[in-house]
Amino acid sequence: MAEIATNDAFVEFERVQKSYDGEQLVVKDLNLNMPKGEFLTMLGPSGSGKTTCLMMLAGFETATHGEIRLDGKPINNIPPHKRGIGMVFQNYALFPHMTVAENLAFPLEVRKIGKSDREQKVMRALDMVQMGDFGGRRPAQLSGGQQQRIALARALVFEPELVLMDEPLGALDKQLREHMQFEITNLAHELGITVVYVTHDQTEALTMSDRVAVFDDGRIQQLAAPDELYESPQNSFVAQFIGENNTLGGTVKEIKDGFALVEVDGGGLIDCKAVNVEKPGDRTLISIRPERVETNMDRLNADAHTLDAEVLEFIYMGDVFRTRLRVAGRDDFIIKTRNSADQTRLKPGTKVNIGWQPEDCRALDAV
Amino acid sequence: MSNVTDATTGAGEPMPGDNGTRTAKTENGPVMAADGRPLKQTLRRTLRREKMRALLLIAPLLIFVVVTFIVPILSMLFRSVENDIVQNTMPETVQALRAWDEQGTEPPGDEVFVPLYFDLFKASEAKEHTKLGSRLNYEQPGLSSMFRGTGRDLDDMGEEFQDVFEEIDPAFETAAFWHELLSGAGGEALLKERRDLYEALTGEEMRGDVGFTPSTEMAEMLPWTTKAYTDFAIWTAIEEEDVVAEEEPWEAVYAALGQDLRSPDTVAAIEAYSGPWSTTLKAAAENRDQLPQDSFREMFVASDKDWGSLEAWRTISLYSPPVTAGYFLNSVDLTKTVDGIAARPETQQIYLTLFQRTLIMSLIITGSCILLGYPVAWLLANLPLRTANVLMILVLLPFWTSLLVRTSAWKVLLQQQGIINEILVWLGFVDDANRLILMNNATGTVIAMTHILLPFMILPLYSVMKTVPPSYLRAAKSLGATNWTAFWRVYFPQSVPGIGAGSILVFILSIGYYITPEIVGGTSGVFISNRIAYHISSSLNWGLAAALGSILLIVVLALYWCYDRIVGIDNVKLGG
Repeated sequence: MAEIATNDAFVEFERVQKSYDGEQLVVKDLNLNMPKGEFLTMLGPSGSGKTTCLMMLAGFETATHGEIRLDGKPINNIPPHKRGIGMVFQNYALFPHMTVAENLAFPLEVRKIGKSDREQKVMRALDMVQMGDFGGRRPAQLSGGQQQRIALARALVFEPELVLMDEPLGALDKQLREHMQFEITNLAHELGITVVYVTHDQTEALTMSDRVAVFDDGRIQQLAAPDELYESPQNSFVAQFIGENNTLGGTVKEIKDGFALVEVDGGGLIDCKAVNVEKPGDRTLISIRPERVETNMDRLNADAHTLDAEVLEFIYMGDVFRTRLRVAGRDDFIIKTRNSADQTRLKPGTKVNIGWQPEDCRALDAV
Repeated sequence: MSNVTDATTGAGEPMPGDNGTRTAKTENGPVMAADGRPLKQTLRRTLRREKMRALLLIAPLLIFVVVTFIVPILSMLFRSVENDIVQNTMPETVQALRAWDEQGTEPPGDEVFVPLYFDLFKASEAKEHTKLGSRLNYEQPGLSSMFRGTGRDLDDMGEEFQDVFEEIDPAFETAAFWHELLSGAGGEALLKERRDLYEALTGEEMRGDVGFTPSTEMAEMLPWTTKAYTDFAIWTAIEEEDVVAEEEPWEAVYAALGQDLRSPDTVAAIEAYSGPWSTTLKAAAENRDQLPQDSFREMFVASDKDWGSLEAWRTISLYSPPVTAGYFLNSVDLTKTVDGIAARPETQQIYLTLFQRTLIMSLIITGSCILLGYPVAWLLANLPLRTANVLMILVLLPFWTSLLVRTSAWKVLLQQQGIINEILVWLGFVDDANRLILMNNATGTVIAMTHILLPFMILPLYSVMKTVPPSYLRAAKSLGATNWTAFWRVYFPQSVPGIGAGSILVFILSIGYYITPEIVGGTSGVFISNRIAYHISSSLNWGLAAALGSILLIVVLALYWCYDRIVGIDNVKLGG
């Protein structure tokens, strides 16, 4: 977070807090810096405060405490219509009594842009989303995907530098959603606009964003690039929220060179990377991705610790095998193996040893 | 597949096995159902059952609507042009009047007054003549007292004849004389004709045995007498349930004989007559000089001089047809004269002013309901649910109190010594000597009716606003619109259907409003409906009330049509 210097930041949240009822904080001490041109996604479960942050940035909610700056200028007291921020709404919010072209011309009209100029810009925006022929239609005559494109074009037509999107693809079917994800990212990069994107769909967040801010309980749990988020979650919430994950509770035995030896609750010792554990005796949750678990002991170091496991279920999924194991008294330990010729298919009831490279497993905070 | 083949074969297909032929036939002719009947017919039969079931479901409502709504409206429309009372009450007078020249300068003579006497005598026995008087009084004030007053003199006019006849021969006093003289054969047609006239007059059935059949011979010799006695007989037998042969006849029968004896033909016929009671008749004919010699016209004018006025007869003549446009003309301050349609005297012109006032004030009320109701509806739609519910109760509260109570409460508030004036005086906005006149004028009506009709504006507005997502306003603002622009360009157009629905409701309700203007409207704040109510319950001029109501109905329909043209009726939403 501190990597980006304050003076470079285009959007800044500084110690922002928000409360609706004066009793509970929906957003707790939010700090965030965004450089120009970045595509940032706010990801989190519902009620985590991500939409509230977006609304504060757009100006529809006021921060209870703290300062929000846009391009260096505080915007707390600027009404939404003067902020010049484009916004795409969850249900598109296309004005039903206007045609598509009128919808697009609306932001230009209120900015008192001349008629010919206006028409030109509307046309260009429509072409940009490949909807050039639809100017005369009413929103109700368009499909969901088409409405989505128009909403996007409308948010872009007045050339804002910052565009906010509030779960814009939530109402689309899977295929269309994937297609639109691709189009939105392309458009954002082509136009060089800064985008704040809110979603609760982690795939969407990972595939589209430059950086992802994972929200929970009114705080940013981790702000990082998608790969970093997946590979090196900072805490157990992020680890569990992003992707599939096996967690085991345990106690730290010793810490050496950034690696921790953890005694798993159900019995057994294992090596992990110490992420946020400090001293022996700390409670921890260790986190390991299903695809990083090894059953072939030959691939591990000779002195590596292993755990005993019993195969409960073997699921054939085509490209991968998914095997459910009982490990340290827990029945929900999953391993994923690629469907390759040399791979053995584990039979339910077999006892196996499992282990992993210490740097693949992270000893995180105990929740 | 085999089923289809079987069914088709059963229906008489000549080549059961030949699929090709059958297909070809179906393609050319109508498509057949499995039982060989045309598919269309089968479909219609299936649908008919469903339609019948649906019809049965709505039947109670349909009957209710027809009985309580459509029939009264049709009867109102009919009543506004109906005018058969003149013809029913004095059928022979009306017939005789046709020969009279209403453009002329002379009132009619005895050719009209003689039938008038007998028509009126009969009507006064049936107590129908005052109704006719009231009806004609609507068109010319004074006619009512003319009919009522003369109705009382009719017996006296006949008695003058009766006294003379009884002096000539005491037999005239006996019921038997009249019954035996006039009874005979062949008069069934006459009896039926007189019976029908009675039925038209009273509106009741006059069935039953009269115990008298007029003789054709007498009907020819003594036409007036026979008719008058037949009328008497029918009335006595059926209405009074007495035996005709035992009752002394009406004075009108003596007057009729007197009238008959004025004709030389009748006198000649009596001299040649040799049937029963010929001596008595002959004695009467010989002494006819002793009978009153005044014409019936003179007798009527003596009773009320207006019978001799040209104007009265013109009015009677103008309103004698069974259908009249008179009520409608009256409703728009016009009147029928012998020279055509003319404006009423200025002092009698009220209805056009009233219609105009009703329309303008309804528009003002609708406008103020929009102005006051829109913000409330907006609040209702945008406040948190709990607060909105409390507010909604406040909006609905007036519905739970009586309309009369609410209007009376306004009376308390608005009067010159009322709460509003007191507060204004106390605050010093109004001088004590110049207190505002807020009641018994148009202002009072507008204030009270706006309050009473406000919920009808708020509720449709609210239900439409509820469906406008708040994200539209946010979107507009994020696109750079100020609060006002966002409201005016984005929110308002979407709430227009609610305004439309509310306006139609309020306008149509207020155009027919009656109680509130009556209580707080004074004279300058009353509506056309108050006048309609007056004619229904006080002046009893139902025809005029019906005509005014019909015009109101037409105006509302016309306005509705205009509204549909300008705003579009599909632009009206009561919700969702």
